[in-house]
Amino acid sequence: MHKGILLAGLMAGISPFTVTAAQAVEIEYWQYVFETRVNAMDQLIANFEAQNPGITVKHVTFPYADYQTRVVAANMARQGPDVLQLFYGWADQFIGGRVIQPLSPEAFPHAQIEEDFFPIVSAMKRGDDYYGLPTAVRSLALFYNKNLMEAAGLDPNTPPTTLDELVEQAKAITQVDAAGNMAVAGMTLDMGGQDHQWWREVLVRQFGGAPYSEDGRTVTYNDAAGAAALKFFTDLQLVEKVGQRGFMDEGQAAFRGGKAGFTVDGTFRLGSFRTIEDFEWGVTELPANADGLRSNYASYFANAIGAGAQGEELEAAEKFLAYISSEEAMKIWLDVVGELPARRAAAMTEENLANPVYAPFLKGLEYARTTLFVDEAAQRQNTIDMANRILIEGQTVEEALAAAAAAEQAIIDRAKK
Amino acid sequence: MALTEQGAPAGRPDRPHVFWTMRRRQLLWVWGFLAVPVLFYGVIRFYPTGHAFWLSLTDWDLMSDPSFIGLDNYTRLFADPQFGRVFRNTFAYLIMGTPISLILSFIIAYALDRVRFGHTFLRALYFLPFITTASAMAWVWRWFYQPAPIGVINDFLSGFGIPQMAFLNSTTWALPSIMVTAIWAGLGFQIIIFMAGLRAIPTTYYEAARIDGLGEWAILRRITLPLLKPTTVFLVVFSSIGFLRIFDQVYNMTTNDPGGPLGSTKPLVLMIYQTAFSSYQMGYAAAQTVVLFTILLVVSLLQLWILRERT
Repeated sequence: MHKGILLAGLMAGISPFTVTAAQAVEIEYWQYVFETRVNAMDQLIANFEAQNPGITVKHVTFPYADYQTRVVAANMARQGPDVLQLFYGWADQFIGGRVIQPLSPEAFPHAQIEEDFFPIVSAMKRGDDYYGLPTAVRSLALFYNKNLMEAAGLDPNTPPTTLDELVEQAKAITQVDAAGNMAVAGMTLDMGGQDHQWWREVLVRQFGGAPYSEDGRTVTYNDAAGAAALKFFTDLQLVEKVGQRGFMDEGQAAFRGGKAGFTVDGTFRLGSFRTIEDFEWGVTELPANADGLRSNYASYFANAIGAGAQGEELEAAEKFLAYISSEEAMKIWLDVVGELPARRAAAMTEENLANPVYAPFLKGLEYARTTLFVDEAAQRQNTIDMANRILIEGQTVEEALAAAAAAEQAIIDRAKK
Repeated sequence: MALTEQGAPAGRPDRPHVFWTMRRRQLLWVWGFLAVPVLFYGVIRFYPTGHAFWLSLTDWDLMSDPSFIGLDNYTRLFADPQFGRVFRNTFAYLIMGTPISLILSFIIAYALDRVRFGHTFLRALYFLPFITTASAMAWVWRWFYQPAPIGVINDFLSGFGIPQMAFLNSTTWALPSIMVTAIWAGLGFQIIIFMAGLRAIPTTYYEAARIDGLGEWAILRRITLPLLKPTTVFLVVFSSIGFLRIFDQVYNMTTNDPGGPLGSTKPLVLMIYQTAFSSYQMGYAAAQTVVLFTILLVVSLLQLWILRERT
């Protein structure tokens, strides 16, 4: 009896709230903390809320180191976000764990996606479904120190365009002190940085091979082309002596410190390199091979819809995702964060292509590949170890390559079982 | 029982039985207070520990529900070549780290105990590394060890025309280099404990020994060391557990290539961390944790047994 009355009262008390909830939907957006990204998203949310009265977006952020764990833990507790950001390489895990749901083809027509976005968007497609769309993408390019080039008698306005030129110019820049220690490196060698991507998606292809099969399930670099690519990389230290692994601790630190002529790095490094005051630097496309073949590695954080979003929240989430992957949003993202737009129309504008810093990265996007990682950290570690076996332990290129290929295949097989 | 009935006067069996005797009320109070930490440890410590044993028998990956796979994780672990290496590394930290740090700290404590001039200042200097954040210290040492032109040690060596040492870039020297940092970081604490132990030995023993004409060496061997035994046992166990669980120094000094180069510095805890929080193989990581737990338990019990009081 009492319970009945209590329940009725409770329902009476709640009902006005449920009515208001139907009018104003609140959705949650999650990303990791990175100042410019948070600022850009705040701006996008403000614009979106102005255009869509009745929808509010709650912006939740976590430190990068915790981010993935938080998302997964929240999902297990059925408290996951409605829209969230994820690295494309996490897609398999997030789909398998039912953290994210496929995008409805009505709201996001496939033909439209494939026409408007750069081809690397396919890394978010599984079977017939897309699971997310990027706002911004990242690619690699070659940074060069103009002061060091000038000091070595090179023209700072003609950076290397081929691998041979790269080696030649790096040799000119390299300086060794009286004790035989490297004082200035021609170029940085840092597999733990971006060199593992450069080797995997660029060098292997330029030497005539392919790193993986089309579906990404088979390692295919253990052949003559892979060996030639690996030999090229390790010879930079062992034969050409233009660089040294571990020089100045990290490749980007060596370049930042003005002690390295060239370094391969990504768009995400621009923020850090823009604060360099001691020397002039430039950036150019990754060098081609002797036949003019170029390649690049592109990656991105995509935005996806959480598996828990349903009904009107799903509707609001779709609207929000559509907005943050619109041309307008990409332009804001480029201005605030400095990352390249994921839509061709927004990226390949005359203004962007005339920009000496963005242009090399944008050109790279046209022919860039994405690696379908199953465990990015473990696969990177595997490539680091491969180079170290040659550079530290003196193994032959073939032995190290074969061991790395077998170990990486095991990582992939375990993840795909 | 005898205590609870103290309150009831003898010879009056018809008196109604008092339930809340003084004794019971005291017990209620005691357990009332103890309940908070007991509950805390139960829920925050012991339950997860017990749960880890169960998880180690599953294939939990944080995303999907765990399913029972028997001892698969353990067979995989003992067949994993990485585990062999990590196991050897962990014991290298223990077997070299514990004796070296104990001998060093005893010598310093013994000498400091005799120094009067600047005693407090010196003691503070030795203790300083212990209160410094491990990661900050590890980064400073990481830079010390760099090759020229930025590494202090190598700059110094090449100033004398001595070839560079690879330190962290060598599979042979990386582990000892990190161990030096770890020993240095823990030294202050061990020195303070040893000094407290030395101070606790009554001076009358020393006076008597000197009157009997014993030399300094004999005093050290016959009086100081035996009487320091409880302190030594505590430090051996404490420092062994510390080295078996080493993580901060290794992780911070090798972040580019955690536990590298080529896994030559990777301890068990770092392997567990990577398995759990970068590969998300929680079941496999739990199995590694159970193995670490067993090692810690066996080593500690063994040490307590070897160093036990023989009466």
